[in-house]
Amino acid sequence: MSKRSDMTETKNWSGQTLVTADHMLFEAPRSKHFMTGSEVLKEAVKRCTVDASVSYPITPQSEAAHLIGELWAEGYVGVYFRGENEFGVMSEVAGCAMAGARTITTTSGPGTLRAMENFAQWSGTRIPCQLILMARGINSPLTIQPDNLEVSYMLETGCQIWYAENVQELFDMSIAAFVVAEKPDVHVPIITVVDGFFVSHTRESVMLPEDDIALFPYDPNRAPLPAIDSETPPGRFLRDPFVMKSNYISYATHASWQWEIRSAVERSVPYARHYLKGLVHVTGDADAEIAFVACGTASYQAKEAHRELTKLGIKTKVIKLRTIRPFPEAELLEALKGVKTIFVPEFNVVGWLEKEVKKCLYGKCDANVVGGPRVAGGMSMPAEAILREVMEKINSGKGA
Amino acid sequence: MSKDSIKIRMPALGGQGAVTAAHIAATAADTAGYYAVSNPFFGAEKRMAPSESYARIGTVPVYDRGEVIYPDIVMIYHPQVITMGKSYTMPFYAGIKENGLVIINSDVDLLTDHDKKVLSDLNVKVLTRDFTQFAIEQAGTELATNMAMLGALFGALGTVGKPAIEEGIKDRFLKKYTASGGTATLDSAIEKKFQKKMDLIQKNLDTASAAFDLTVEWCKEVGFEQMLDAPTPH
Repeated sequence: MSKRSDMTETKNWSGQTLVTADHMLFEAPRSKHFMTGSEVLKEAVKRCTVDASVSYPITPQSEAAHLIGELWAEGYVGVYFRGENEFGVMSEVAGCAMAGARTITTTSGPGTLRAMENFAQWSGTRIPCQLILMARGINSPLTIQPDNLEVSYMLETGCQIWYAENVQELFDMSIAAFVVAEKPDVHVPIITVVDGFFVSHTRESVMLPEDDIALFPYDPNRAPLPAIDSETPPGRFLRDPFVMKSNYISYATHASWQWEIRSAVERSVPYARHYLKGLVHVTGDADAEIAFVACGTASYQAKEAHRELTKLGIKTKVIKLRTIRPFPEAELLEALKGVKTIFVPEFNVVGWLEKEVKKCLYGKCDANVVGGPRVAGGMSMPAEAILREVMEKINSGKGA
Repeated sequence: MSKDSIKIRMPALGGQGAVTAAHIAATAADTAGYYAVSNPFFGAEKRMAPSESYARIGTVPVYDRGEVIYPDIVMIYHPQVITMGKSYTMPFYAGIKENGLVIINSDVDLLTDHDKKVLSDLNVKVLTRDFTQFAIEQAGTELATNMAMLGALFGALGTVGKPAIEEGIKDRFLKKYTASGGTATLDSAIEKKFQKKMDLIQKNLDTASAAFDLTVEWCKEVGFEQMLDAPTPH
């Protein structure tokens, strides 16, 4: 078993040379590979000196969970086990992280909803664990196909939420996520979202650094809350909730704590901006009056639509949101300067991103927001569907 | 006139290896210098249930993801896709673009007069052939049907050569491969059949190669022209 005590100043337990996130993400030479999102997550975890991972199978994240298990067998991950269900998994992740371990897990759709109570508990206990969420439809009715409705349930858990567009971004983001989540002034959990199948099962080219380097281990001594030692009496298994101590201090702390968690998420902004090279990425025509605001695969589909609209002489830009929590308000408003019509293409029935965008723009931007096109239940969104939405809106009454 | 990118839809039945074929197709195209992406789409994983996969190949970056709704090429791996509607789109050629191609693995002509008229009006060429029988003749197993279909695809495309296909097949069978339980079982079944993995690869290569040659000839006969721009260095 890989142990912390096997590490030296320069090497981790598997003999990988310890490097900073800046070196890993920006400086280390890279070479081309051709692999799926599940496979690339294994490559990311391999380079992160991960102490613990807990898994439970559910499509489409089963392969990723399985591959992290292989990393454990190969000696790259300290502890790996299967939980009894997703609720168990997320509870056990909390336990690992509270004990001071760099911890990662993966889940999808119904698994996310089953584990729901834990995500608020994660942020409430300020653990810097990472969940890779491979979005899939929730049971409305049962589907295994991609649909990101589940993300709307995660928005107010107090966790950071990042959204990766493709296999490459999944690799880079999941590495950066640990580093940002573990900053002492942030120290809240992070959820890295990708669309199931569209990223998890899609094989494409990706640039990776060599696998003989890995991030420095997580240092729980820098955490704003001490790690829990459950082995030295009196053993503890959770952080005492404030309510258990019915005194003035505990009530006062509780009153401010939830605000503090959200402030901590906001404090991640400069770090996220650095490691992600911006909270939003803008492509297309800088002077366009039509913009697509999207995240994940929807932004890829919007880029495909932009290419077709360019051929028709219609200028558009794609504003890809890379963080959802914190919501990149300043960057979005800046990118929308001069834009008159905003389309928000989404892979869910409720339009949660449209709501987020409208809330952000209220009173600050006059652009018209069109919530759509929208597909749900596992449907794909061809560029043709986006084109039709745009043509109908800008060419009203004349058809597509 | 050829295009800067094409989309391929492969409706098949679970167990036929269409997911594997799409991955090999994309790997081969990537090797040949294209931007390429592949992905599967399926419901419950079981033999004979509908299972589709897709490959997108272009000289420009490919952003499009998920199901291919407007394909340039449709490859039907099993007659039941057509006869029993085991597909995510009906009719099986729904959304096909002008000047496209349909490859059907069947020993009989499954197209109605209406189908033929629709496809002919779009100038879509149809290659119907019993690629399962072809695979049995070439490799001694119906499990190589997907390799025959793959060879036919690249024979028709003309811009991804046999060395790149070989690279794709080797990448799939020589590297450690992540697969579901069902696929892993099939892998192990076919490996036992061939005793040695290299035999398996060689048989697969031979099957793909023979189907490649056959389709090149067919393209000349029916006047099917180069569909995809040649790869450019990127």
